[in-house]
Amino acid sequence: MTLAAHPHAVRPLRKRIADASEPYLYSAPALILIIAVMLVPLVLGISYAFRDIQLLNPLSGGFIGLDHFRALSEDQAFFRALRNTLWWTGASVFLQFLFGLILALLLDKPFAGRGLAQALVFLPWAVPSFLAGLNWAWLFNPVIGPLPHWMHALGILDAPNNILSDPHLAMWGPIVANVWWGIPFFAITLLAALQAIPRDLYEAASIDGAGPVQRFLSITLPFLAPTIAITILLRTVWISNFADLIVVMTNGGPADRTQIVASYIFTQAFRRLDFGYASAIALVLLVLLLAYSMLIVLLRQTLLNKG
Amino acid sequence: MASIDIQDIRKSFGAFSVLHGVDLTIRDGEFIVLVGPSGCGKSTLLRMIAGLEDVTSGDIRIDGKRVNDLAPKDRDIAMVFQSYALYPHMSVADNMSYSLKLRRTAKEKIASAVGGAAAKLGLDPLLERRPRALSGGQRQRVAMGRAIVRQPKAFLFDEPLSNLDARLREQMRAEIKKLHGDLHATSIYVTHDQIEAMTLADRIVAMHAGVVQQVGTPLDLYDRPANLFVAGFIGSPGMNFFEGRYLVSGDHADLRLANGVTLPVPRRAGIESGATATLGIRPEHVVLDAHGALEAKVDLIEPTGFGIIMHVSIHDVPMKIFTLDRAMLDPGPAVRVDLPQERLHLFGTQGQRVE
Amino acid sequence: MRSKPFLTVAHRLAILAYIVVALFPLFWLLKVSVTPNDLLYSEGVRMWPSRATFEHYTFVIAHSAFPTFFKNSLIVAGSTAVAVTILASLAGYALSRFRFRAKYWIVALMLITQMFPLVMLVAPIFKMLSPLGLTNSLTGLIIVYTAFNVPFATFLMQSFFDGIPKDLEEAAMIDGATQFVAFRQIILPLTLPGIAATLGFVFTAAWSELLFALMLISGNDAATFPVGLLTFVSKFSVDFGQMMAAGILALIPACLFFLLIQRYLVQGLTAGAVKG
Ligand SMILES: Nc1ncnc2c1ncn2[C@@H]1O[C@H](COP(=O)(O)OP(=O)(O)OP(=O)(O)O)[C@@H](O)[C@H]1O
Ligand SMILES: [Mg+2]
Repeated sequence: MTLAAHPHAVRPLRKRIADASEPYLYSAPALILIIAVMLVPLVLGISYAFRDIQLLNPLSGGFIGLDHFRALSEDQAFFRALRNTLWWTGASVFLQFLFGLILALLLDKPFAGRGLAQALVFLPWAVPSFLAGLNWAWLFNPVIGPLPHWMHALGILDAPNNILSDPHLAMWGPIVANVWWGIPFFAITLLAALQAIPRDLYEAASIDGAGPVQRFLSITLPFLAPTIAITILLRTVWISNFADLIVVMTNGGPADRTQIVASYIFTQAFRRLDFGYASAIALVLLVLLLAYSMLIVLLRQTLLNKG
Repeated sequence: MASIDIQDIRKSFGAFSVLHGVDLTIRDGEFIVLVGPSGCGKSTLLRMIAGLEDVTSGDIRIDGKRVNDLAPKDRDIAMVFQSYALYPHMSVADNMSYSLKLRRTAKEKIASAVGGAAAKLGLDPLLERRPRALSGGQRQRVAMGRAIVRQPKAFLFDEPLSNLDARLREQMRAEIKKLHGDLHATSIYVTHDQIEAMTLADRIVAMHAGVVQQVGTPLDLYDRPANLFVAGFIGSPGMNFFEGRYLVSGDHADLRLANGVTLPVPRRAGIESGATATLGIRPEHVVLDAHGALEAKVDLIEPTGFGIIMHVSIHDVPMKIFTLDRAMLDPGPAVRVDLPQERLHLFGTQGQRVE
Repeated sequence: MRSKPFLTVAHRLAILAYIVVALFPLFWLLKVSVTPNDLLYSEGVRMWPSRATFEHYTFVIAHSAFPTFFKNSLIVAGSTAVAVTILASLAGYALSRFRFRAKYWIVALMLITQMFPLVMLVAPIFKMLSPLGLTNSLTGLIIVYTAFNVPFATFLMQSFFDGIPKDLEEAAMIDGATQFVAFRQIILPLTLPGIAATLGFVFTAAWSELLFALMLISGNDAATFPVGLLTFVSKFSVDFGQMMAAGILALIPACLFFLLIQRYLVQGLTAGAVKG
């Protein structure tokens, strides 16, 4: 075989440029928009964290270094919001996942009317989040909602009161709404993964004498594990950023008992118009979430390496 | 119609080299069949001619014009895919006329071209159907129709019949042959089917591992395979081989096998005495003869209906025999055979044919 | 294997329980919206009022700003859905069909945008849009929503393109089409289910968005439904019948779109694209 230079190996420059630029032409519009409306603001937002930016104060705008972070380290409301975020995210994700998995397993079996049942149980996902929040706020309202009365009848509540105004119980309101609203998401994702499991694996396993529990443990779970891991990771990040329900249902109250970091940022930016401080909180949240994601990915790696 | 000239074509995907310098000249109107084992680069070569794959180095000329840098649409070539690749959302008529519409051909011309092609292929009653509503054979015809309406410079076929059942394949094979007789279109046809290759080809190109092994008429390849690869690849059941040492004594020659047995072979000038060599004979050329020189132990009998494939061994070297003699269905424990000298192929140390 | 009747009954009952829990809040919304004001408190926990009425609906439609909100939301969600679908089709096609150097980086960029808190962008986006006169304007909202939804929609479209054999474009290119013509005339028509799913998905997302709408819009004229409803709630928090009638109205387009796409959801999400 000769390795001599082939005179025709070099294509004309114009064609090479045209060929090479084609994929970029297709993706450019989307990219430009993402960069302009998401990436640039992200960078700006990070810079705001070190500046004094108050919308109503024309004299603001100067660099103030780490002042916001110093203020933040003494902000008790922030630390409360951080604790609430853990609670809100942990409970929401766990319950959504649990009920979502059960629903996906139920829907994985063919039965008459499955299409209709699927459309109905997934419907909450289509409900706009603000409306889901309002809807549940009304259900918890003893004036027009049945829930307080039912809970009173069942002995859960001493009196048919609104749990949203009870500092000890208020967080359960948005969590319940969030679980109701988010079950379909988990169920859809897990169902898609379930349906990708080859059916003959189950048949082979049952011919080999595996019972339903063994089949679930030895086939279903291992196959679902990657989907479960990635879904829970993404969902955790997403839910800790998800302030709609809280803003709508409790606005962080009563007495800041339901304030999470995301809604706290929003309050700072929207109600107080203190963009600098809001950006500083957001930056801390971003760093925490990144650290969390890295931790999960590293954990996964070590587990994989072990296994 | 056009000639196609391929000079020292090479192709690599990244660091992985698939074609190692292919040269091939295809005359105007010729029907070329590409054969070779899976993964040897047949489709890659075809796709490079069509313009679907970049050329790493070398030249492709159609009608003398270098087309390396032309887009597929500017090469004026038609291709029939193994999957047919019919446009699912278009009717049969639209599938067939799509290329003409893209070229802004006049409506009347399109109608007559589609009508003509449909008549040739018996597609008239199906013109308004969607591909989904067609059988495999009908889809195949539409794919052919889509290629012929354009009257392109050349046709490329990538295993066009491999998704059809045996009967349909036979029928379509005959139709393709008839069509080529009508149109005399330059064609390159990739197949795994020996019979397709033998019956359709003006010339067969046998490829192996990205290198052309032999180019010739079907009978050339059958009668005078250029090397061991071609000898083993062409023909079914495959050729029998005996490896040994080529020894000349006086005016006759022998092949001495590893187990010491010698088989008489014709004397050939192209090989030295003492060199390792391979002797080949096709199963259908082995002669069964009660007075034959060799005794063959019968291991297995495979009746095919048409004939019988006998698996035998000569001094523990396995061999196949193909015979039409029904008596061989029950041949007893051993038969006697002859290996006629004029039917023997001899291959040298490098596997090359020795004359 | 024969399933035991007991298990079958338990399975159906479990499904039924899910359906009841999923639908009950919506049912209650509907129930209160048709309950006349005088019965609202006296029949608080009854499953259906003894007398039903549409007066709340007529009031909301005739005497409130909700028709404006509805129209604004429709414009914003519709334009966003169309714009996102166009951009995502192009980008998804590039990711599905081309091998190019920056592909890895583009995918990484799009994944990252799914990770960071969008609240973080509230302040900078407000600051960027206000000199352009795009705060308090539907156009501003459309631009922002389009950018937010493009990454996920791109992955969704990519998974649909991946499902279409490459042979088809190659056949079209040999038939005389450029790659772009093949994309438009052959591939896009075959991706219609995917396009429908993307349209529906983005429409629902844009229809529901609250935080940026609250932040970027102040007057009633450019308010979308979520903002309008929330303002209404904080102003007239006792007109439950009317609020819920408005809520039901807000629910209709989102649910219609959902029913349109739900068939494709499982399919579309199989490819690993994951987001709420
Ligand atoms: N896009 C690609 N990227 C990397 N390798 C490729 C690509 N296309 C083909 N190859 C490799 O090139 C080699 C030749 O492939 P090709 O499809 O030409 O074989 P073939 O002779 O047509 O085989 P078959 O008879 O199975 O169709 C194979 O090893 C294949 O794996
Ligand atoms: Mg091939």
